[in-house]
Amino acid sequence: MSAVVTSTPDARAGTEPSSASVVLVDAGGTNIGSVRYALQRLGVDAPLTSDPAAIRAAGKVILPGVGAAGPAMARLQALGLIDVLRSLTQPVLGVCLGMQLLCARSEEGDVDCLGLIPATVRRLQPASGVRVPHMGWNRLRTCSEHPLLDGIDADAQVYFVHSYAVPPGDYTLVSARHGVPFSAVVARGNFFGMQFHPERSSTVGARLLRNFLAL
Amino acid sequence: MLSRRIIPCLDVREGQVVKGVRFRDHAVVGGIVELALRYRDAGADELVFYDITASPEGRSVDRAWVERVARKIDIPFCVAGGIRSVEDARAVLHAGADKVSINSPALERPALIAELADAFGVQCVVVGIDSLRDADGQWRVRQYTGDPSRTQALPRRTLDWIAQAQDLGAGEIVLNCMGSDGVRQGYDVAQLAQARAVCEVPLIASGGAGAAEHFRDVFTGADVDGALAASVFHSGAIDVSALKRWLANQGVMVRVAIEPETCDG
Repeated sequence: MSAVVTSTPDARAGTEPSSASVVLVDAGGTNIGSVRYALQRLGVDAPLTSDPAAIRAAGKVILPGVGAAGPAMARLQALGLIDVLRSLTQPVLGVCLGMQLLCARSEEGDVDCLGLIPATVRRLQPASGVRVPHMGWNRLRTCSEHPLLDGIDADAQVYFVHSYAVPPGDYTLVSARHGVPFSAVVARGNFFGMQFHPERSSTVGARLLRNFLAL
Repeated sequence: MLSRRIIPCLDVREGQVVKGVRFRDHAVVGGIVELALRYRDAGADELVFYDITASPEGRSVDRAWVERVARKIDIPFCVAGGIRSVEDARAVLHAGADKVSINSPALERPALIAELADAFGVQCVVVGIDSLRDADGQWRVRQYTGDPSRTQALPRRTLDWIAQAQDLGAGEIVLNCMGSDGVRQGYDVAQLAQARAVCEVPLIASGGAGAAEHFRDVFTGADVDGALAASVFHSGAIDVSALKRWLANQGVMVRVAIEPETCDG
């Protein structure tokens, strides 16, 4: 995949948020292209970068990620991005593993994470009728109002694929249930996280990404 | 609570969707992206692309279409067929596929499952299994089913292979019940229910869908996470959006897609 792809915004693009200042942090993982394409469908061409200066200068930062917490933190460390990400003041969105990396710690590999959301990421426990990985479309339960959730129906469904989850807490904007309740969307100051894949959640996911871009 | 998934499967050959008797008499049904978008709009929860392009000698199959699909569709999709190594899988996943599905190569070399799980995480690794009941009443695995002249019956019992595949790192199992495949008389609920009992990861039913009732019956009777079908969707015999509304009315938890504003539905 080439590092720079020229977007071909459609006719709606003129009403979309500016694309000039959204960056995707390259923390490895295979879903980076998918997130990038989802933003392009919204008329936003977000470059993929691991350059601290580009990340600091961006208006919005997205941290995608598929994979395991340990290798992802090791990669952020190697790239010198741990303190860069911690010091950001613009809206930051972690997607799937990216959301888990925002937390204090993960049971996956028993690794310290960025510490921006005061939570420990726990392994989902299989039970009767509860399969792990939690894979598929599940219902969102909104816990509190937030501009990030504008236009999202009470029974909206999104696509999840994960084996670890963030327990509910006062940082939980939206929860979902897979055997037990867990955090589907978190927020703390300027840091946001989505456990599901908005880039693979059809109309609902596109709206959530658009809401983030409009924050 | 998780929704039950409805998964159309599209056969792809040399970059186009085809139908026909496998390996001969293929008719082009349409463009991959166009058909993928049509199913996405109808509310399909996921798509499987089964790439039946014969591998040119010594070269890997051209899969430029995977990136084209990834750019356009906003639901998850899986690529099956011809993935024999971590590098094959990496190319497909980096092009934007969410999962890869392996079948005969996993039987040839089960360690491939573990290699893929280590490289990409179990959520990316689907193991497809073709299963047929033998005269002694046991379900056993078939290999190379894509080519009738090469298909082999293995001594391996289907339920044992499911257990082994998930121990090795399969994140999902697609069980294609060959005895019911193609005859549209319903999924093999009895076999799938036994598979369910040993399968702790998501289980997808394949083979036999002919009517809406068949989907309901496999969800309620075998507790599968998803149901895959091809011909009933491609022929128009079953419309995905109508099927999901009907299933919802039957008490099956499904995702009913948000209707476009222009729809009178």
